[in-house]
Amino acid sequence: MSETIDALKQRAKAIRVDILRSTTEAGSGHPSSSMSAAEVVTALYFGGFMNYDVKNPRWPDRDRFILSKGHAAPVLYAAMAEAGYFPKEELLTLRKLGSPLEGHPNMVRLGGVEASTGSLGQGLSIGVGHALAARVDGKGYHTYVLTGDGELGEGQIWEAAASAAKYGLDNLTCIVDRNHFQQTGAAEEVLNMDPIDGKFTAFGWHTQVINGNDMGEVMAALGRARQVKGRPTCIVALTHKGQGMLKLLETLGDTNYHGKPIKPADLDAAIAEVEAGGS
Amino acid sequence: MAGASSALQSRRPIGQATRDAFGRALEALGAEYPDVVVVDADVSNSTRTEWFGKKFPDRFFNIGIAESNLVGIAGGLASCGKTPVIASFAAFIMCNAYDQLRMAVAYPGLNVKVVGSHAGISIGEDGASQMGIEDVSLACSLPGFVVLVTADEASTRAATRALLDHKGPVYLRTGRPDVPKVYPDDAPAPFVIGKANQLRDGSDLTIVANGLMVASALDAAEELSSSGIQARVLDMHTVKPIDREALLAAAKETGALVVAEEHLAHGGLGSAVAMTLAEQHPVPIRFVNLGDTFGESGTPEGLLEKYGLTAAKVAEAARSAVAAKSA
Repeated sequence: MSETIDALKQRAKAIRVDILRSTTEAGSGHPSSSMSAAEVVTALYFGGFMNYDVKNPRWPDRDRFILSKGHAAPVLYAAMAEAGYFPKEELLTLRKLGSPLEGHPNMVRLGGVEASTGSLGQGLSIGVGHALAARVDGKGYHTYVLTGDGELGEGQIWEAAASAAKYGLDNLTCIVDRNHFQQTGAAEEVLNMDPIDGKFTAFGWHTQVINGNDMGEVMAALGRARQVKGRPTCIVALTHKGQGMLKLLETLGDTNYHGKPIKPADLDAAIAEVEAGGS
Repeated sequence: MAGASSALQSRRPIGQATRDAFGRALEALGAEYPDVVVVDADVSNSTRTEWFGKKFPDRFFNIGIAESNLVGIAGGLASCGKTPVIASFAAFIMCNAYDQLRMAVAYPGLNVKVVGSHAGISIGEDGASQMGIEDVSLACSLPGFVVLVTADEASTRAATRALLDHKGPVYLRTGRPDVPKVYPDDAPAPFVIGKANQLRDGSDLTIVANGLMVASALDAAEELSSSGIQARVLDMHTVKPIDREALLAAAKETGALVVAEEHLAHGGLGSAVAMTLAEQHPVPIRFVNLGDTFGESGTPEGLLEKYGLTAAKVAEAARSAVAAKSA
């Protein structure tokens, strides 16, 4: 059941706060890469697009979400906790010995995680496998894959894109979290993959480019993707790495802020900025 | 034994290539195993999965020349309860898609069956780039993988059923040329994953072999017998998990071993045997393998001769191992 845009925005805020708290508690991790995708992940889990059963995570008819950019695990875990897969307190076990909330997702240790990821470029192929399985089994579920933009440098992404088009997988949607940064700098400078939508279009996909940090745009794009027949959809979600705490990152002098947690001394400021934010 | 030089020139009758036996077995088992889905990277007429594809077109996908994608798709299919069988040349599926095998199959322990054909130097004229000579080592380095190297057509048929019955990732290595028959035609070959088949008993040493070197091992054992050395021969078709009991018994009862395989020295059957016995019961071991080098173009027979994968070399190694017992 879909929630109102306002309710979804509140969910996204809660998820951002959980991302910050869990990574700061862990003392490591990727909060900025997680926060850019908060609207997309919130819309998928709470916007009425995914059917799932938290009591039966392997329910064969469930819709699938594959986090190809596995370093953004905190946004997945926060959404899963919000959905009720496990108690929210467990988010504070992130990256700790014995916790199923590993630094990158592990599908064996945490029910509801659809793929073990962390080596970039692989999630879209796995998504093609899920979509083909649905076809072989005559099932109606939809598979969503979230990739990063830097990740598009991996050739396997394009192998997968071509094969998804070959089989006309309209039960597959790829969302590119276009947050413009990768580990060492601006994505366009490290390896310019523009136009991303043009590339997916050339591969035979239906494509959309949206403001991926605008909940209304994300909801509308995901809705349109479900209407497309005969080909897969790519949504290029233009986002900001660290969305929700951009002012703090500016103050800290690092708008990429790749792969490091907010220091405990800055956590209150980060959370306050998220909660004050309009997104 | 005169006339039995390279592994392909055994006095045993020549049977199907192991890739052919696998392809026919997969085709025959398709109806009995409805969850099997075959994904191909455009080499199905080499790996022989095309026969399954023609019979079960709704369960066959050719995704193009893209091994990384092939393995990732297989992981997704397995996550949804299918039993994907993916085949390519051993060199390409293992070397090109190793990270994908690690991440999308081994790490989540998914039920994917990986078949590497055209293994070893016995593919012949196509040369070194096409020869999978490190595939067993790589497969053994994937946690949780079962690794199978079959000797002939009958054992490959049996292995194909066994790997489908096994729950979890499996690598099966197959070869291109027709190979000597090791097992008789009139009964199914015995095949239990992790259990070696003793093909011949002897008290002086044990020859442990897999793939096409099993026939050479048997030929060597006959040659040795005529000079008074009685060799036990084990078809060690499962490299991982290795049959520790059979190896321990061989070491204790025969006191020396030869390990023969169509693979690099490092990380294959020889390594597995040596590691096992070093811990349990060290005895002299000699190795017949490709050493540390790439192959080249040539006839399969000529290459096996040049690189020392012959019954004569196995016999020579056996004499050395036996001599080392009393040293």
